[in-house]
Amino acid sequence: MYEGAVQDLIDELGRLPGVGPKSAQRIAFHLMQADTADASRLAEAITQVKATVRFCQRCWNISEAEECRICRDPRRDEAVVCVVEEARDVVAIERTREYRGRYHVLGGAISPIDGVGPDELHVKELLGRLDDEPVEELILATNPNVEGEATASYLSRLVTPLGVRVTRLASGLPVGGDLDYADEVTLGRAFLGRRELGV
Amino acid sequence: MRLRRLELIDIRSYDRVVVTFGPGVTVLVGPNAQGKTNLLEAIHRAATGSSHRVSGDGPLVRAGSDHGVVRCELLGDDGRRRTLELEVGVGRRTRTKVDGQQVRRAADAVGALRVALFAPEDIAIVRGDPGERRRFLDDLLTQRRPAFGAARAEYDRALRQRNQLLKRARGLPADARAAAAATIDVWTEQLVTHGTQLIAARIAAVRALSGPVDRFYRELADRPEPVSIRYQASAGRDLGVPDVTEDPSLVPDPAPIADAFRAALAEAAEDEFARGLTLVGPHRDDLELTIGALPAKGYASHGEVWSLALALKLATVQVLAEVGDRPVVLLDDVFAELDTTRRDRLALACAGFEQVLVTAAVEADVPLEGARIEVAQADGLTRLRPREGAAGAA
Repeated sequence: MYEGAVQDLIDELGRLPGVGPKSAQRIAFHLMQADTADASRLAEAITQVKATVRFCQRCWNISEAEECRICRDPRRDEAVVCVVEEARDVVAIERTREYRGRYHVLGGAISPIDGVGPDELHVKELLGRLDDEPVEELILATNPNVEGEATASYLSRLVTPLGVRVTRLASGLPVGGDLDYADEVTLGRAFLGRRELGV
Repeated sequence: MRLRRLELIDIRSYDRVVVTFGPGVTVLVGPNAQGKTNLLEAIHRAATGSSHRVSGDGPLVRAGSDHGVVRCELLGDDGRRRTLELEVGVGRRTRTKVDGQQVRRAADAVGALRVALFAPEDIAIVRGDPGERRRFLDDLLTQRRPAFGAARAEYDRALRQRNQLLKRARGLPADARAAAAATIDVWTEQLVTHGTQLIAARIAAVRALSGPVDRFYRELADRPEPVSIRYQASAGRDLGVPDVTEDPSLVPDPAPIADAFRAALAEAAEDEFARGLTLVGPHRDDLELTIGALPAKGYASHGEVWSLALALKLATVQVLAEVGDRPVVLLDDVFAELDTTRRDRLALACAGFEQVLVTAAVEADVPLEGARIEVAQADGLTRLRPREGAAGAA
């Protein structure tokens, strides 16, 4: 145990995801030895994030205004909405520069073990958007694991009767990889999701 | 395949030991509690991803050390050399390397080294509860098809989620229950999707085993009665797929299994809500073992139980060898449990295997030719001393 402020800092850092007691100690000592200006910048960044960042009232992405940058952009296609679990999934999809529609961030996936049901996610808000906006296609881009699949399947059952086209991201082979390195599950899914080769 | 060289650092009772094995039989001889089983356990863990004695890798590390290493040098049936290395730590994930490359998931290393272990506890496959028989099938399938382990993990996950939902909805009035279990259908669908894969794979394993089990049993038993094994699904006696097919390696069509599974779940729905538990699925299935016309469990004599357990294990060696490398056979203290006739019959079966590692407290119990390594402890650490012959240790 260290004295007062040092131990407080270590304890706080240790609460962060992915930071164990050893790392917390190392970061704390690094900060103590850093310039006062550097440490203040970090403190300021944390304060700012809490003060200014909130969630987009339309799609629940991280935003600095009432609505996020993507929802405010008139060039984005209103007819397509891509449903993701977390805001960081938006960033991942944006990096592809392939997608020109809007997003909807659920804030997680259905997982009874963690006490997360549809009511804990932004599902109601999604249904509201389908009423208010001219959405023609809903792309379900939840993670390809048990919880993500269950969430996608739940949303599909909910939304399909409303006459909206519901699609699911394909899962299969990684680009640039060798076929014989793919595991059986991935390869099996890739077979199920095979498509005609257009001429 | 063959295990050519094994190195253990800070594993169980070993501080550091290197031992080389030749083809054919090697017998590890020494009094009890000297470290013979520890050695086979380490090999089995490296091959299958789990120990046959404990769950979790922590106990594998030598007391007083914070991490240990298991390093195997292998020689494939095609002559290819491979290495398999495990770094086991207390309280952290085990790191596995194949040919020097770290694998992303432990399941990716399964199959690099193939083994079939037989230990006295294995009579529980015949005598124990259904969980023992499911584990027997699943261990075989994991080694035969690496993707099975992944499918199994996904099923377990879906099962836990569904059980949690049922548990929360238990005892609620009908309207509150509907709200609490709004997502039950999607979990049922996940359960059926992944569960069907498990059932189909297990049925295929049973089909492949049935011929060899029957043959090995007749070779081992005093009274050569016919033996039959049959997959007993909790989803119903008739899954719409045949028990036996002309091509025993055929995986059954999943569609009728999924239908039967779904129907059985629908039928059990009320019960499931009342008990807050998933009552149908591969996690409640069993393997029916019959000797002559009688179920082995409860009717077979001690000798018959042993013969059947051995026959099941010997059959797995054959089934594994049908696709891919022939497994290394590990016999942990088995000979001591058998009478002289069965010892001789088992020895005869062992003669056909590529490599067999045997542990025994009394050398005379093992009617097998081959290398001998003496196992003894000094100051709490196991030392290996090969007798003049094919094997050597440093």
